[in-house]
Amino acid sequence: VNIGWYLALSALLFCTGAAGVLTRRNPLVVLLCLELMLNAANLALIGFSRMWGNADGQIFAIIVMVVAACEVAVGLGLVVAIYRRRLPIDVDELRELQG
Amino acid sequence: MVLYVFVVAYIGGTAAAVSASVGRGARAAAILFAGVLTVELFIAVLGSGLQGIDSEGAGLSTQFGTPGDIGRLLLTKFLLPFEVASYILLVAAVGAVLLARRRGGLPEDEARRVSFYDVVRPGETGTMAEAVGPAFSLPVREREP
Repeated sequence: VNIGWYLALSALLFCTGAAGVLTRRNPLVVLLCLELMLNAANLALIGFSRMWGNADGQIFAIIVMVVAACEVAVGLGLVVAIYRRRLPIDVDELRELQG
Repeated sequence: MVLYVFVVAYIGGTAAAVSASVGRGARAAAILFAGVLTVELFIAVLGSGLQGIDSEGAGLSTQFGTPGDIGRLLLTKFLLPFEVASYILLVAAVGAVLLARRRGGLPEDEARRVSFYDVVRPGETGTMAEAVGPAFSLPVREREP
C-alpha cells in the first residue's frame, strides 16, 4: 500500500478528533477526541517510519502512547473529582480553577 | 485505548450527556474549521515533494520492527527518553491517585463495622479510617440551572 494512504487516513482521523474537541462539551468525550488526534499522529509517525525504513518513528510513537496514558490517568482523575464535587460535567461551565 | 473502555463505562447508555454540544454558531464554525484542516492536510500530503510517499517504502530487512529491534533501540539509542517516560508515568499515577482519592472521610456504617481483627490489633490502626484521615466536609457547590 502506498504510504500516502496512511497519511490520508491519519489526516482524516486528526480532523475528526479536532472537530470533536471543538464541538463536544463533556470532558470525557473531549479527552476521547484528543486520544483520536494523538493516534492519528502515531499513524503518521509509523507511516513515515515505514517509508524511511527507520525504526526511530516507532519509538516516538511508543513515547507518544506513554504520554497519552499519563494524560488519560490525570484526566480521568479530574473527571472523578468533578463527579465527587457534584460540579457540572461541562467544559464550558468549568472555567474557574478555584474550587 | 484504555480510555475508550472507561468512557463507554462512564457514559454508556446516556446518549443525552454525550450529545450535549455547543451552540449552533460554534458548531458550524468547528465543522468548517475541521473541513478546512482536512483540505489543507490533503494538499500538504498530495503536494509534498517527498518522493517516497507514492512508493511502498524502503526495502526492509526482516529485523525491522521486531520486538527485539524496538527493545534494542529503547535501551541503547533512546535510553534517556525511556527513563523520562517512566518518571512521567510515575508522576501521572501519583497525580491520578491524589486527584481521585476520597476526601470526605468514610460513611458512618463503614467506620463502625467490627471484625475479628479489631479485637486483636491496636485500636485505629489498619483501617480505611486511618488511611483517609478524619472526616471533614467539603463545601458542596450546587449545580447551577
